[in-house]
Amino acid sequence: MSAGGPQTAEIEIGLAAPEQGPRVLAPFGRRCCSVTVNEAVGPYRLVGAEDPDGPVPLPGQFFMLAAAQDWGDGATQRPYLARAFSVCRLRGGRRDFLIDDIGPGTSRLARLEPGEDDLWLVGPLGIGFSAPAALHEGGRALLVGGGIGIAPLVIWKEALQKAGVPNVTLLGFRSKSQCAAASLVVDGVELATDDGSTGHHGLVTELLERELERSGDQVVYSCGPPRMLEAVRRLCAQFSAPVELAMEEAMACGFGACYGCVIRTRDGYRRICVDGPVVRGYDLDEGWIE
Amino acid sequence: VIIRERESAPPRVDMTVDLAGLELKHPILNASGTFDAIAALRTFGQSVREQFPFSAFVSKTITPDPRGGNPTPRLWETPAGMINSIGLPNKGLAGFLGHDLPELATLPAPLVVSVAGFSHDQFARLVEPVAARPEVAALELNVSCPNVKSGCVMGSEVGEITALMGVLRPLTTKPLIVKLTPNVAEPELIAQAAETAGADAISLVNTLRGLALDPETGKPWLGAERGGLSGPAIRAVALEMTHKVCSLVRLPVIGMGGIGSGQDALDFMAAGAKCVAVGTENFRDPAAGVRIREELRQLLARRSHYLRQVNAGAEIG
Repeated sequence: MSAGGPQTAEIEIGLAAPEQGPRVLAPFGRRCCSVTVNEAVGPYRLVGAEDPDGPVPLPGQFFMLAAAQDWGDGATQRPYLARAFSVCRLRGGRRDFLIDDIGPGTSRLARLEPGEDDLWLVGPLGIGFSAPAALHEGGRALLVGGGIGIAPLVIWKEALQKAGVPNVTLLGFRSKSQCAAASLVVDGVELATDDGSTGHHGLVTELLERELERSGDQVVYSCGPPRMLEAVRRLCAQFSAPVELAMEEAMACGFGACYGCVIRTRDGYRRICVDGPVVRGYDLDEGWIE
Repeated sequence: VIIRERESAPPRVDMTVDLAGLELKHPILNASGTFDAIAALRTFGQSVREQFPFSAFVSKTITPDPRGGNPTPRLWETPAGMINSIGLPNKGLAGFLGHDLPELATLPAPLVVSVAGFSHDQFARLVEPVAARPEVAALELNVSCPNVKSGCVMGSEVGEITALMGVLRPLTTKPLIVKLTPNVAEPELIAQAAETAGADAISLVNTLRGLALDPETGKPWLGAERGGLSGPAIRAVALEMTHKVCSLVRLPVIGMGGIGSGQDALDFMAAGAKCVAVGTENFRDPAAGVRIREELRQLLARRSHYLRQVNAGAEIG
């Protein structure tokens, strides 16, 4: 068989993206974990479940979550499918997730009772953030988060601090109340709000632009709403800064079966769950957001 | 199927099934397109092989040429189910044979390759080379995908399925499984036509056509506008169609549609299905097939008459 044919097909379809970035394998199947934490963090909930025997996830990896009770079990018709969440924090064997109550799934998760309710976990899934040294020699890490998208940056910042990697964290929120979530991030952060009620009055990407102008020697990691990610991608392209974006899409399975969570890359559609959720900026199709 | 009665637990139930000449260890298969074994190996590692849920593995549908699939969004959750509009993304025949087949051949289960064409000629271009590969145990003819243009036509009319089978049957002696759509008034007529034209087995159902509207705009939510409904929401419809088809054809039937428990699987077998396939439940739990198989084993230990009747080809109920 000629090397050209199938390889061309792969690139067009984007079904065989090369493994990029680190991955910890998940146990096959879902496991039932006790919920031990559910606390308010501004308007969000931080829900923690004990998974002491599960593999330690890498920053950027995610889990599929479903409540063990009242979740597609006949009494409740929705939610039915599990929901994908980046791991936000590790505390011993506990995995913490940041939940924004915006629909039937997140609403059920936000109401989990510590000490009473159980959570089905599948994971860790997908690929995590690459170490800065794997993307660029030297320099510092610039973490840029927006809203609920700060979740994977919390654990990533802890890992970078532990490894002694110089880093700067820029977080954007709609308003002051959401900024309470910034308290999850260890060490200092700089804030921006849409309404100017805390920190910089404007977009977090304006802070990013300032940092990129200040120094050309950095690697950017970002997670947040699609428009923010696109602005980050463009800025990083403009300043030739390597960037990894943690993407989000509705997904049914989280392990490559349903092909529902695809995103447009330069090589065609890719599944965020197995070829992401962390994607390099230069891999995205220019019009991925349309 | 032989049930070995024993006093003590765990029940030793011989769940082996003969499906059109394939000796299967148990009756649980996967529905095409609901379990990507290659992606599962990347995600879960070798434990997928060690605990493989299915007695035969049905591939995602391949087409002659590569396809990127439908525009996004592709998913919508419904009460007790979901609508998908994926649109058969795949590497095409050459990509499948060169890249996927060698890896799928290492699975601890016989391989059934699902194929779809948009013409008799396209189907023939797939069936001949795929069937010629020794790694392939059987082929499933997907004449029922609601998410591709004209994909359903050949599975929706008696004359069409007869003509298609007339072209494909001479190409291979390997089992040809015809996958039926529920989006017709009388699927049993399509099943009978497939039987007469030389099919070896019937599988049903594919997804029911469904529509989701964007709550903000009232316009279709899915990128391709329409999609296919699956999950427990369709189980009763699928069970009725399975029951009817099983009562009218003598071919072995693979029943599916919202199966999420051993009891669900047993229901389809009681309706006459020789095998059952797990689909959307795989999304909720990658190892759902393992759980359903063990639940079914427990149930069969107490209800052996179901399987005896199914094996004898008797109608139940």
